Amino acid sequence: MNNKELQIIAHKVRRHALTAVHSAGSGHPGGSLSISEILTLLYFEEMKNLDPKDPSAPNRDRFVLSKGHCSPALYGVLAERGFFSTDLICKFRQIDCCLQGHPSLKDVPGVDMSTGSLGQGICAANGMALSAKLDGKDYRVYSILGDGETQEGQVWEAAMFAAHYKLDNLCAILDFNGLQIDGDITEVMSPLPLDEKFRAFNWNVVLVDAHDFDSLREGFAKARACKGKPTILIAKSVKGKGVSYMENQAGWHGNAPNDEQYAQAIEEINAQIKALGGEI
Amino acid sequence: MAEKKATREAYGEALAEFGEKYDLVVLDADLSKSTKTDTFRKKFPDRFINVGIAEANMMSTAAGIATTGKTVFASSFAMFAAGRAFEQVRNSIAYPNLNVKIGATHAGISVGEDGASHQAIEDIALMRSIPNMVVINPADAYEARGAVEAAILHNGPVYLRFGRLAVPYVNDKDYKFELGKGVTLADGKDVTIIATGLMVGEALGAREVLEKEGISARIINIHTIKPIDKDIIIKAAKETGHIVTAEEHNIIGGLGSAVAEVLSENYPVKMSRVGIEDIFGKSGKPQCLLEEYGLTASNIVSRVKKLLGK
Repeated sequence: MNNKELQIIAHKVRRHALTAVHSAGSGHPGGSLSISEILTLLYFEEMKNLDPKDPSAPNRDRFVLSKGHCSPALYGVLAERGFFSTDLICKFRQIDCCLQGHPSLKDVPGVDMSTGSLGQGICAANGMALSAKLDGKDYRVYSILGDGETQEGQVWEAAMFAAHYKLDNLCAILDFNGLQIDGDITEVMSPLPLDEKFRAFNWNVVLVDAHDFDSLREGFAKARACKGKPTILIAKSVKGKGVSYMENQAGWHGNAPNDEQYAQAIEEINAQIKALGGEI
Repeated sequence: MAEKKATREAYGEALAEFGEKYDLVVLDADLSKSTKTDTFRKKFPDRFINVGIAEANMMSTAAGIATTGKTVFASSFAMFAAGRAFEQVRNSIAYPNLNVKIGATHAGISVGEDGASHQAIEDIALMRSIPNMVVINPADAYEARGAVEAAILHNGPVYLRFGRLAVPYVNDKDYKFELGKGVTLADGKDVTIIATGLMVGEALGAREVLEKEGISARIINIHTIKPIDKDIIIKAAKETGHIVTAEEHNIIGGLGSAVAEVLSENYPVKMSRVGIEDIFGKSGKPQCLLEEYGLTASNIVSRVKKLLGK
């Protein structure tokens, strides 16, 4: 799949995320839009042995959305990849739908770990990676962290653990959009410098552009090539990416667009899909 | 004096024994010599993972390992396993219903000299309030061994509560542990003493004293606090009319509360709860602490007599 095709899928993931949040009247659009390219590349190229008909195949690569509140994007990519029907997207957060506000392992095909409480998903990803090592299996584990999430102390317990046990089959991706609910991460509680912190914790640190497939692809390749250390891709991103009025606005962390805003957002995303020659 | 053994010792030995038969991974947070997971580590070093002093990380990591099909034991002191890492146990382990068994040692006030900061008297209440969680508090070493295997065979999370202190045997060597089943250790008609953990031994001691005073006490050991054996409790209430509970835990939220929940909805009778009276402990020799806080056969005796109006 070429970059243009991947980009069209990433935009469709955005559209699903917006539809989910708009239908529910709540949810987290900002951070979902910032990870659309990362998720698309993971699920359509990077992760191996995925089978939507057998979502728990033992040798599949695994993914843990440590920043579980960005489930709208995860559900979008899983639906695009065929794990469940895209019809479910508009039932997000509703009582008769499996797509809870935060992902549930037992309920949603393709979800590898229940997350939502920040700081815990990355530890679970470590556990999966360690289990592969114990069994001599070669599957890899991926996990997306939020930048605000690194304010949780448990993230650093996980960082120590992954390096100590040389989990080179683990690749974390940090969605570095610089914003959290209460504002700029450096004003709320600065976790910077993140690259130096992870290096000091003995991680292989790679800086990438979260919205550039070539940059992400190169990052994943460096992660695969690195032996004896876990890798983190620090992915510079734009919160709310792809919707003009949401970009770089902390206010869109956890708010749903109204009907008018939703219509505009879909129009903008559709225009980007059309510009790439894709079908709406 | 009968032979004694700490349930934590039996826990470590059981892990080492069942590590032969089952695909176990054991995690500890720098307390393996105290929790006795060290016994497993020596035999299966490749399946033992030390996470360092990071209990929250241990619980979520254990959950991740369990998603790959393994049965994982995660051990620390009860204070840190159930207390510090409560939310990780709830969200990473119990919510996805993963096969993680929490081996929590040094529970209760019998930790002794380490003092109040290390005396978990709230863990049963915390753990039994989590959906999917099974809570087991073995009374002796035989029961601890049986509980470990039952936990392995149970599909889902289990909280196993072990003690630091060596305690007498209340069961026979060929004792068969049945998850969720209370055990009638002695029959009686005037009152039933329902006990758990090391208080089972005290309850048996109380029975002897009561017998001399003409009071016939039934003794029931509730090792599985959740799911609790309702039938044995209701039957005891119907047949003996009075219930005294005894536990090494705060009287709020533990065995006494669980029994009261069953009885109040099914067959209310007069009850008395022996346990820690909603106060923090302190340093001291375990036996002195148990006496100070009324966790003794003699306190059970006086509660029974008061309840019966004698």
